[in-house]
Amino acid sequence: MINKIVGSFDEAVADMVDGATVMIGSFGGPAECPSYLIAAVARKGVKDLTIVGNTGGWGPDLLAILRERMAVILTIPEDWYDPGLLVGRGQVKKGVLCFPAAPARVLTPFEQGVLQGQVELELMGQGTLCERMRAARGGIAAFYTPVGVGTVVEEGKEVREFNGRKYLLEHALKGDYSLIRAHKADRYGNLVYRGTARTFNPVMAGASTVTIAEVDEVVELGELDPECVVTPGVYVQRVVVRPKELRPWDEAM
Amino acid sequence: MPGERLDEQVMALRAAKEFQDGMIINLGVGIPTYCSNFVPPEREVLFHSENGVIGFGPIIDNPDDADDTLINAGAQPISSKPGMAIMDHAESLCIIRGGHVDITVLGAVQVSEKGDLANYIIPGKQIGSLGGGQDLAFCAKKVIALTTFTTKDGDPKIVKECTQSLTAPRCVHRIITDIAVLDVTPEGLVLREVAPGWTAEDVQALTDAKIIVPPDVEEMTLL
Repeated sequence: MINKIVGSFDEAVADMVDGATVMIGSFGGPAECPSYLIAAVARKGVKDLTIVGNTGGWGPDLLAILRERMAVILTIPEDWYDPGLLVGRGQVKKGVLCFPAAPARVLTPFEQGVLQGQVELELMGQGTLCERMRAARGGIAAFYTPVGVGTVVEEGKEVREFNGRKYLLEHALKGDYSLIRAHKADRYGNLVYRGTARTFNPVMAGASTVTIAEVDEVVELGELDPECVVTPGVYVQRVVVRPKELRPWDEAM
Repeated sequence: MPGERLDEQVMALRAAKEFQDGMIINLGVGIPTYCSNFVPPEREVLFHSENGVIGFGPIIDNPDDADDTLINAGAQPISSKPGMAIMDHAESLCIIRGGHVDITVLGAVQVSEKGDLANYIIPGKQIGSLGGGQDLAFCAKKVIALTTFTTKDGDPKIVKECTQSLTAPRCVHRIITDIAVLDVTPEGLVLREVAPGWTAEDVQALTDAKIIVPPDVEEMTLL
Protein backbone atom coordinates (compact mmCIF):
# COMPACT_ATOMS: atom_id res chain seq x y z
CA MET A 1 0.00 0.00 0.00
CA ILE A 2 1.21 3.49 -0.80
CA ASN A 3 0.87 5.85 2.14
CA LYS A 4 3.06 8.96 2.28
CA ILE A 5 1.38 10.47 5.33
CA VAL A 6 3.77 10.70 8.27
CA GLY A 7 2.61 11.30 11.82
CA SER A 8 4.74 14.25 12.90
CA PHE A 9 6.90 17.08 11.64
CA ASP A 10 9.85 15.79 13.66
CA GLU A 11 9.52 12.38 12.01
CA ALA A 12 9.26 14.01 8.57
CA VAL A 13 12.72 15.62 8.86
CA ALA A 14 14.31 12.96 11.09
CA ASP A 15 16.86 11.83 8.48
CA MET A 16 18.14 15.32 7.60
CA VAL A 17 21.88 15.65 8.21
CA ASP A 18 24.36 18.53 8.49
CA GLY A 19 25.33 20.03 5.15
CA ALA A 20 22.03 19.21 3.42
CA THR A 21 20.71 21.36 0.58
CA VAL A 22 17.16 22.33 1.52
CA MET A 23 14.72 24.00 -0.86
CA ILE A 24 12.11 26.02 1.03
CA GLY A 25 8.97 26.82 -0.90
CA SER A 26 7.95 30.21 0.33
CA PHE A 27 7.60 33.47 -1.61
CA GLY A 28 7.09 36.37 0.78
CA GLY A 29 3.90 35.83 2.72
CA PRO A 30 2.73 33.43 5.43
CA ALA A 31 0.29 31.28 3.44
CA GLU A 32 2.85 29.75 1.08
CA CYS A 33 5.47 29.09 3.76
CA PRO A 34 6.07 25.56 5.16
CA SER A 35 6.31 27.02 8.66
CA TYR A 36 6.05 23.83 10.73
CA LEU A 37 8.61 21.99 8.59
CA ILE A 38 11.01 24.91 9.04
CA ALA A 39 10.31 24.77 12.79
CA ALA A 40 11.09 21.03 12.80
CA VAL A 41 14.43 21.66 11.05
CA ALA A 42 15.17 24.36 13.64
CA ARG A 43 14.40 21.91 16.47
CA LYS A 44 16.54 19.21 14.89
CA GLY A 45 19.43 21.67 14.87
CA VAL A 46 21.15 20.41 11.71
CA LYS A 47 23.90 22.79 10.61
CA ASP A 48 25.80 23.98 7.53
CA LEU A 49 22.62 23.91 5.48
CA THR A 50 22.39 25.38 2.01
CA ILE A 51 18.93 26.91 1.69
CA VAL A 52 17.35 27.50 -1.70
CA GLY A 53 14.38 29.76 -2.26
CA ASN A 54 13.11 33.26 -2.88
CA THR A 55 14.10 34.84 0.43
CA GLY A 56 16.33 34.08 3.39
CA GLY A 57 13.41 35.05 5.59
CA TRP A 58 12.82 37.76 8.18
CA GLY A 59 13.37 35.77 11.36
CA PRO A 60 11.20 36.02 14.51
CA ASP A 61 12.22 39.56 15.56
CA LEU A 62 11.54 41.25 12.22
CA LEU A 63 8.39 39.18 11.74
CA ALA A 64 7.04 40.58 14.99
CA ILE A 65 7.59 44.12 13.69
CA LEU A 66 6.15 43.21 10.28
CA ARG A 67 3.08 41.68 11.92
CA GLU A 68 2.40 44.95 13.70
CA ARG A 69 3.03 47.16 10.64
CA MET A 70 1.05 44.95 8.25
CA ALA A 71 -1.94 44.71 10.61
CA VAL A 72 -3.68 47.56 8.77
CA ILE A 73 -3.77 45.56 5.52
CA LEU A 74 -3.26 41.88 6.39
CA THR A 75 -3.50 39.75 9.50
CA ILE A 76 -0.29 37.75 9.80
CA PRO A 77 -0.62 34.57 11.85
CA GLU A 78 1.55 34.00 14.91
CA ASP A 79 2.75 30.66 13.54
CA TRP A 80 4.58 32.03 10.51
CA TYR A 81 8.09 30.58 10.96
CA ASP A 82 10.25 31.48 7.99
CA PRO A 83 13.80 30.59 6.80
CA GLY A 84 15.13 33.48 8.89
CA LEU A 85 14.59 31.26 11.94
CA LEU A 86 17.22 28.83 10.61
CA VAL A 87 19.59 31.62 9.54
CA GLY A 88 19.30 33.39 12.88
CA ARG A 89 20.12 30.17 14.74
CA GLY A 90 23.33 29.73 12.75
CA GLN A 91 22.15 26.62 10.89
CA VAL A 92 22.73 28.02 7.41
CA LYS A 93 26.08 28.36 5.63
CA LYS A 94 24.83 29.34 2.19
CA GLY A 95 21.74 30.70 0.48
CA VAL A 96 20.81 30.31 -3.17
CA LEU A 97 18.27 33.13 -3.21
CA CYS A 98 16.51 35.81 -5.26
CA PHE A 99 15.44 38.17 -2.50
CA PRO A 100 18.01 38.03 0.33
CA ALA A 101 17.92 41.75 1.15
CA ALA A 102 15.00 43.44 2.87
CA PRO A 103 13.38 46.12 0.68
CA ALA A 104 14.16 48.65 3.39
CA ARG A 105 17.10 49.85 5.48
CA VAL A 106 16.58 47.10 8.05
CA LEU A 107 18.86 44.04 7.72
CA THR A 108 17.49 40.49 7.57
CA PRO A 109 19.31 37.73 9.50
CA PHE A 110 20.66 36.57 6.14
CA GLU A 111 22.05 40.01 5.27
CA GLN A 112 23.66 40.19 8.71
CA GLY A 113 25.17 36.73 8.19
CA VAL A 114 26.68 37.75 4.85
CA LEU A 115 28.06 41.01 6.23
CA GLN A 116 29.64 39.12 9.13
CA GLY A 117 31.21 36.62 6.72
CA GLN A 118 29.30 33.67 8.18
CA VAL A 119 26.93 33.04 5.30
CA GLU A 120 27.56 32.81 1.57
CA LEU A 121 25.12 34.17 -1.01
CA GLU A 122 24.50 32.91 -4.54
CA LEU A 123 22.15 35.52 -6.00
CA MET A 124 19.96 34.98 -9.03
CA GLY A 125 16.63 36.08 -10.43
CA GLN A 126 13.45 34.08 -9.92
CA GLY A 127 13.25 32.89 -13.53
CA THR A 128 16.67 31.28 -13.44
CA LEU A 129 16.09 29.77 -10.00
CA CYS A 130 12.76 28.25 -11.11
CA GLU A 131 14.19 26.92 -14.33
CA ARG A 132 17.21 25.39 -12.56
CA MET A 133 14.87 23.50 -10.22
CA ARG A 134 12.55 22.51 -13.03
CA ALA A 135 15.57 21.20 -14.96
CA ALA A 136 16.58 19.06 -11.96
CA ARG A 137 13.08 17.59 -11.76
CA GLY A 138 13.00 16.91 -15.49
CA GLY A 139 16.46 15.42 -15.92
CA ILE A 140 17.88 18.38 -17.85
CA ALA A 141 21.58 19.04 -17.11
CA ALA A 142 21.70 22.71 -18.07
CA PHE A 143 20.07 25.36 -20.25
CA TYR A 144 20.77 28.76 -21.80
CA THR A 145 18.98 31.95 -20.79
CA PRO A 146 19.61 35.57 -21.83
CA VAL A 147 18.71 36.84 -18.36
CA GLY A 148 21.76 38.04 -16.46
CA VAL A 149 24.16 38.68 -19.35
CA GLY A 150 26.26 41.75 -18.55
CA THR A 151 25.40 41.70 -14.83
CA VAL A 152 26.79 40.16 -11.63
CA VAL A 153 24.89 36.98 -12.47
CA GLU A 154 27.19 36.34 -15.46
CA GLU A 155 30.35 35.87 -13.39
CA GLY A 156 32.04 32.52 -14.08
CA LYS A 157 29.41 31.30 -16.54
CA GLU A 158 29.71 30.28 -20.18
CA VAL A 159 28.26 32.85 -22.60
CA ARG A 160 27.05 31.63 -25.98
CA GLU A 161 25.35 33.44 -28.82
CA PHE A 162 22.15 32.19 -30.45
CA ASN A 163 20.55 34.16 -33.29
CA GLY A 164 22.59 37.23 -32.44
CA ARG A 165 21.69 37.33 -28.72
CA LYS A 166 23.96 36.35 -25.84
CA TYR A 167 22.87 33.64 -23.40
CA LEU A 168 24.26 32.27 -20.13
CA LEU A 169 24.66 28.58 -19.42
CA GLU A 170 22.82 27.76 -16.18
CA HIS A 171 22.95 24.34 -14.53
CA ALA A 172 20.20 22.26 -12.98
CA LEU A 173 19.90 22.68 -9.21
CA LYS A 174 19.01 19.59 -7.23
CA GLY A 175 18.28 19.56 -3.52
CA ASP A 176 18.40 16.92 -0.82
CA TYR A 177 15.06 18.08 0.60
CA SER A 178 12.23 20.25 -0.71
CA LEU A 179 10.04 21.60 2.09
CA ILE A 180 6.81 22.75 0.51
CA ARG A 181 3.36 23.96 1.57
CA ALA A 182 0.11 22.83 -0.06
CA HIS A 183 -3.59 22.95 0.73
CA LYS A 184 -4.81 19.35 0.34
CA ALA A 185 -3.11 16.01 -0.21
CA ASP A 186 -4.14 12.38 -0.56
CA ARG A 187 -2.09 9.39 0.59
CA TYR A 188 -0.42 9.11 -2.84
CA GLY A 189 1.02 12.60 -2.28
CA ASN A 190 -1.09 14.30 -4.94
CA LEU A 191 -1.34 18.00 -4.07
CA VAL A 192 -3.55 20.99 -4.68
CA TYR A 193 -2.79 24.53 -3.58
CA ARG A 194 -4.72 27.70 -2.73
CA GLY A 195 -4.37 30.93 -4.70
CA THR A 196 -0.96 32.54 -4.79
CA ALA A 197 0.19 30.18 -2.03
CA ARG A 198 1.04 27.90 -4.98
CA THR A 199 4.01 30.01 -6.20
CA PHE A 200 7.40 28.24 -5.68
CA ASN A 201 5.92 25.15 -3.98
CA PRO A 202 5.09 22.99 -7.03
CA VAL A 203 8.36 24.11 -8.67
CA MET A 204 10.37 22.60 -5.83
CA ALA A 205 8.33 19.40 -5.67
CA GLY A 206 10.43 16.67 -7.25
CA ALA A 207 13.54 18.87 -7.51
CA SER A 208 15.06 17.18 -4.45
CA THR A 209 15.71 13.60 -3.44
CA VAL A 210 13.04 13.95 -0.74
CA THR A 211 10.05 16.29 -1.06
CA ILE A 212 7.99 16.86 2.09
CA ALA A 213 4.62 18.60 1.85
CA GLU A 214 3.03 20.44 4.79
CA VAL A 215 -0.72 20.50 4.15
CA ASP A 216 -3.91 21.83 5.72
CA GLU A 217 -5.82 18.62 5.13
CA VAL A 218 -5.51 15.04 3.91
CA VAL A 219 -8.42 13.70 1.89
CA GLU A 220 -9.41 10.23 0.68
CA LEU A 221 -8.13 8.95 -2.66
CA GLY A 222 -10.51 10.14 -5.35
CA GLU A 223 -11.54 13.31 -3.60
CA LEU A 224 -9.02 15.41 -5.51
CA ASP A 225 -10.26 16.02 -9.05
CA PRO A 226 -7.56 14.46 -11.28
CA GLU A 227 -7.98 17.36 -13.72
CA CYS A 228 -7.06 19.78 -10.93
CA VAL A 229 -4.13 18.01 -9.26
CA VAL A 230 -1.21 20.44 -9.54
CA THR A 231 1.59 18.27 -8.16
CA PRO A 232 1.31 14.57 -8.99
CA GLY A 233 2.20 12.40 -6.00
CA VAL A 234 5.21 10.89 -7.75
CA TYR A 235 7.17 14.03 -6.84
CA VAL A 236 6.25 13.81 -3.14
CA GLN A 237 7.76 11.41 -0.61
CA ARG A 238 6.18 12.59 2.65
CA VAL A 239 3.06 14.48 3.69
CA VAL A 240 2.45 16.05 7.13
CA VAL A 241 -0.74 17.74 8.31
CA ARG A 242 -0.59 21.15 9.99
CA PRO A 243 -2.00 21.47 13.51
CA LYS A 244 -5.48 22.94 13.84
CA GLU A 245 -4.38 25.31 16.61
CA LEU A 246 -1.19 27.31 16.34
CA ARG A 247 1.83 25.91 18.14
CA PRO A 248 5.13 27.50 19.18
CA TRP A 249 8.04 26.59 16.91
CA ASP A 250 10.14 25.05 19.69
CA GLU A 251 7.55 22.54 20.84
CA ALA A 252 8.09 18.95 19.62
CA MET A 253 5.34 17.88 17.25
CA MET B 1 12.23 78.86 -11.43
CA PRO B 2 10.98 75.63 -13.01
CA GLY B 3 7.50 74.38 -12.20
CA GLU B 4 6.61 72.01 -9.42
CA ARG B 5 7.58 68.36 -9.55
CA LEU B 6 4.78 65.89 -10.10
CA ASP B 7 3.86 63.78 -7.10
CA GLU B 8 4.03 59.98 -7.11
CA GLN B 9 0.34 59.49 -7.88
CA VAL B 10 0.49 61.83 -10.88
CA MET B 11 3.66 60.10 -12.13
CA ALA B 12 1.80 56.77 -11.94
CA LEU B 13 -1.17 58.31 -13.74
CA ARG B 14 1.14 59.42 -16.57
CA ALA B 15 2.72 55.96 -16.80
CA ALA B 16 -0.70 54.29 -16.93
CA LYS B 17 -1.50 56.28 -20.06
CA GLU B 18 0.95 53.95 -21.83
CA PHE B 19 -1.32 50.94 -21.24
CA GLN B 20 -3.26 49.95 -24.36
CA ASP B 21 -6.37 47.82 -24.54
CA GLY B 22 -5.59 44.10 -24.20
CA MET B 23 -2.09 44.48 -22.80
CA ILE B 24 -0.41 42.27 -20.19
CA ILE B 25 1.17 44.58 -17.60
CA ASN B 26 3.58 43.85 -14.75
CA LEU B 27 4.14 46.54 -12.13
CA GLY B 28 7.25 46.67 -9.96
CA VAL B 29 7.08 47.61 -6.29
CA GLY B 30 7.01 51.22 -5.10
CA ILE B 31 5.52 54.00 -7.25
CA PRO B 32 4.71 51.59 -10.13
CA THR B 33 2.06 49.77 -8.02
CA TYR B 34 -0.06 52.96 -8.08
CA CYS B 35 -0.43 52.63 -11.88
CA SER B 36 -3.18 50.04 -11.41
CA ASN B 37 -5.42 52.82 -10.02
CA PHE B 38 -5.22 54.86 -13.22
CA VAL B 39 -6.01 52.51 -16.10
CA PRO B 40 -8.16 54.44 -18.58
CA PRO B 41 -11.71 53.06 -18.11
CA GLU B 42 -12.22 52.23 -21.78
CA ARG B 43 -9.18 49.94 -21.78
CA GLU B 44 -9.06 46.38 -20.46
CA VAL B 45 -5.61 45.28 -19.32
CA LEU B 46 -4.47 42.23 -17.37
CA PHE B 47 -2.07 42.71 -14.49
CA HIS B 48 0.48 39.95 -13.98
CA SER B 49 2.38 39.32 -10.78
CA GLU B 50 5.54 37.16 -10.56
CA ASN B 51 4.26 35.02 -7.71
CA GLY B 52 1.79 33.38 -10.07
CA VAL B 53 -1.39 35.34 -10.80
CA ILE B 54 -2.71 37.18 -13.82
CA GLY B 55 -5.87 39.23 -14.26
CA PHE B 56 -6.39 40.16 -10.60
CA GLY B 57 -8.39 43.07 -9.24
CA PRO B 58 -7.49 46.05 -7.04
CA ILE B 59 -5.27 45.94 -3.96
CA ILE B 60 -7.28 45.37 -0.76
CA ASP B 61 -6.66 47.79 2.09
CA ASN B 62 -8.92 46.29 4.74
CA PRO B 63 -7.52 43.30 6.65
CA ASP B 64 -11.05 41.92 7.16
CA ASP B 65 -11.42 41.49 3.39
CA ALA B 66 -7.86 40.29 2.77
CA ASP B 67 -6.85 36.66 2.29
CA ASP B 68 -3.18 35.72 2.59
CA THR B 69 -3.60 33.21 -0.24
CA LEU B 70 -4.12 36.03 -2.73
CA ILE B 71 -1.22 38.50 -2.73
CA ASN B 72 0.85 40.34 -5.33
CA ALA B 73 4.63 40.32 -5.72
CA GLY B 74 4.88 43.06 -3.13
CA ALA B 75 3.01 40.75 -0.69
CA GLN B 76 0.02 43.13 -0.68
CA PRO B 77 -3.39 41.45 -0.57
CA ILE B 78 -5.27 41.72 -3.86
CA SER B 79 -8.83 41.00 -4.91
CA SER B 80 -9.88 38.24 -7.25
CA LYS B 81 -11.62 39.09 -10.49
CA PRO B 82 -13.55 37.05 -13.08
CA GLY B 83 -11.07 35.70 -15.63
CA MET B 84 -8.18 35.62 -13.18
CA ALA B 85 -5.72 32.72 -13.49
CA ILE B 86 -3.34 31.20 -10.94
CA MET B 87 -0.15 29.40 -11.89
CA ASP B 88 3.07 28.22 -10.27
CA HIS B 89 6.15 30.40 -10.17
CA ALA B 90 7.97 28.68 -13.05
CA GLU B 91 4.96 29.16 -15.33
CA SER B 92 4.65 32.75 -14.17
CA LEU B 93 8.28 33.42 -15.05
CA CYS B 94 7.78 31.76 -18.45
CA ILE B 95 5.19 34.46 -19.09
CA ILE B 96 7.90 37.01 -18.42
CA ARG B 97 10.88 35.26 -20.03
CA GLY B 98 8.94 34.18 -23.09
CA GLY B 99 8.20 37.82 -23.90
CA HIS B 100 4.49 37.68 -23.12
CA VAL B 101 4.48 40.79 -20.90
CA ASP B 102 3.74 43.87 -23.03
CA ILE B 103 4.81 46.53 -20.53
CA THR B 104 6.64 46.42 -17.24
CA VAL B 105 6.87 49.54 -15.11
CA LEU B 106 9.89 49.38 -12.80
CA GLY B 107 11.36 51.68 -10.21
CA ALA B 108 14.96 52.80 -10.62
CA VAL B 109 17.99 53.78 -8.60
CA GLN B 110 19.77 54.87 -11.77
CA VAL B 111 19.04 54.79 -15.51
CA SER B 112 21.82 55.57 -17.97
CA GLU B 113 21.44 57.38 -21.27
CA LYS B 114 21.95 53.99 -22.97
CA GLY B 115 19.02 52.50 -21.07
CA ASP B 116 21.03 50.58 -18.48
CA LEU B 117 18.94 50.01 -15.36
CA ALA B 118 20.21 49.74 -11.79
CA ASN B 119 17.48 49.05 -9.25
CA TYR B 120 18.19 45.90 -7.25
CA ILE B 121 20.38 47.28 -4.48
CA ILE B 122 18.84 49.87 -2.15
CA PRO B 123 21.32 52.76 -1.88
CA GLY B 124 23.46 52.30 1.20
CA LYS B 125 23.08 48.53 1.24
CA GLN B 126 25.71 46.01 0.15
CA ILE B 127 23.38 43.18 -0.78
CA GLY B 128 20.59 43.42 -3.30
CA SER B 129 17.49 41.47 -4.28
CA LEU B 130 17.01 40.60 -7.94
CA GLY B 131 13.59 39.04 -7.30
CA GLY B 132 11.69 38.86 -10.58
CA GLY B 133 12.85 42.33 -11.64
CA GLN B 134 15.83 41.14 -13.65
CA ASP B 135 13.64 38.79 -15.67
CA LEU B 136 11.22 41.65 -16.37
CA ALA B 137 14.01 44.07 -17.33
CA PHE B 138 15.55 41.58 -19.77
CA CYS B 139 12.40 40.12 -21.30
CA ALA B 140 9.35 42.42 -21.22
CA LYS B 141 8.46 43.85 -24.62
CA LYS B 142 8.60 47.39 -23.25
CA VAL B 143 10.41 48.48 -20.10
CA ILE B 144 9.32 51.76 -18.54
CA ALA B 145 11.43 53.18 -15.71
CA LEU B 146 9.21 55.24 -13.41
CA THR B 147 11.28 57.32 -11.03
CA THR B 148 11.92 60.78 -9.70
CA PHE B 149 14.52 62.55 -11.85
CA THR B 150 16.80 63.14 -8.87
CA THR B 151 17.26 61.64 -5.41
CA LYS B 152 15.96 63.40 -2.30
CA ASP B 153 19.46 64.89 -1.98
CA GLY B 154 19.32 66.24 -5.53
CA ASP B 155 21.68 63.74 -7.14
CA PRO B 156 20.65 62.75 -10.67
CA LYS B 157 19.07 59.32 -11.18
CA ILE B 158 19.15 59.74 -14.94
CA VAL B 159 22.88 59.55 -15.63
CA LYS B 160 25.50 59.20 -18.35
CA GLU B 161 26.84 55.95 -16.87
CA CYS B 162 25.38 53.97 -13.98
CA THR B 163 27.72 53.77 -11.00
CA GLN B 164 25.52 51.18 -9.28
CA SER B 165 25.50 47.46 -10.14
CA LEU B 166 23.20 46.83 -13.12
CA THR B 167 19.95 44.90 -13.02
CA ALA B 168 20.07 44.79 -16.83
CA PRO B 169 22.07 46.61 -19.48
CA ARG B 170 20.35 48.52 -22.30
CA CYS B 171 16.84 47.47 -21.35
CA VAL B 172 14.85 50.65 -20.66
CA HIS B 173 12.74 52.01 -23.50
CA ARG B 174 11.02 54.96 -21.83
CA ILE B 175 11.74 56.93 -18.66
CA ILE B 176 8.83 58.66 -16.95
CA THR B 177 9.84 61.06 -14.18
CA ASP B 178 8.41 63.84 -12.05
CA ILE B 179 9.67 66.48 -14.50
CA ALA B 180 9.96 64.85 -17.92
CA VAL B 181 9.35 61.88 -20.19
CA LEU B 182 12.33 60.62 -22.17
CA ASP B 183 12.90 57.81 -24.67
CA VAL B 184 16.08 55.78 -24.99
CA THR B 185 16.86 55.63 -28.71
CA PRO B 186 19.84 54.44 -30.78
CA GLU B 187 20.79 58.14 -31.10
CA GLY B 188 20.61 58.70 -27.34
CA LEU B 189 18.20 60.05 -24.77
CA VAL B 190 15.39 61.99 -26.44
CA LEU B 191 13.15 64.39 -24.51
CA ARG B 192 9.47 63.83 -25.33
CA GLU B 193 7.53 65.70 -22.67
CA VAL B 194 8.18 68.16 -19.86
CA ALA B 195 6.06 68.77 -16.76
CA PRO B 196 4.11 72.05 -16.65
CA GLY B 197 6.48 74.96 -16.03
CA TRP B 198 9.63 73.03 -16.99
CA THR B 199 11.84 73.62 -20.01
CA ALA B 200 14.32 71.35 -21.78
CA GLU B 201 17.13 73.49 -20.32
CA ASP B 202 15.79 72.97 -16.78
CA VAL B 203 15.82 69.21 -17.30
CA GLN B 204 19.28 69.14 -18.89
CA ALA B 205 20.68 71.20 -16.00
CA LEU B 206 19.91 68.33 -13.59
CA THR B 207 21.91 65.59 -15.33
CA ASP B 208 25.24 64.91 -17.04
CA ALA B 209 23.47 62.59 -19.48
CA LYS B 210 23.13 64.19 -22.89
CA ILE B 211 19.50 64.96 -23.68
CA ILE B 212 18.50 65.36 -27.31
CA VAL B 213 15.75 67.96 -27.67
CA PRO B 214 13.61 67.57 -30.78
CA PRO B 215 11.43 70.50 -31.91
CA ASP B 216 8.18 68.79 -30.91
CA VAL B 217 8.61 68.40 -27.12
CA GLU B 218 5.17 68.52 -25.51
CA GLU B 219 3.90 69.44 -22.10
CA MET B 220 2.94 66.30 -20.12
CA THR B 221 -0.80 65.84 -20.37
CA LEU B 222 -2.28 64.11 -17.39
CA LEU B 223 -5.96 63.74 -18.21
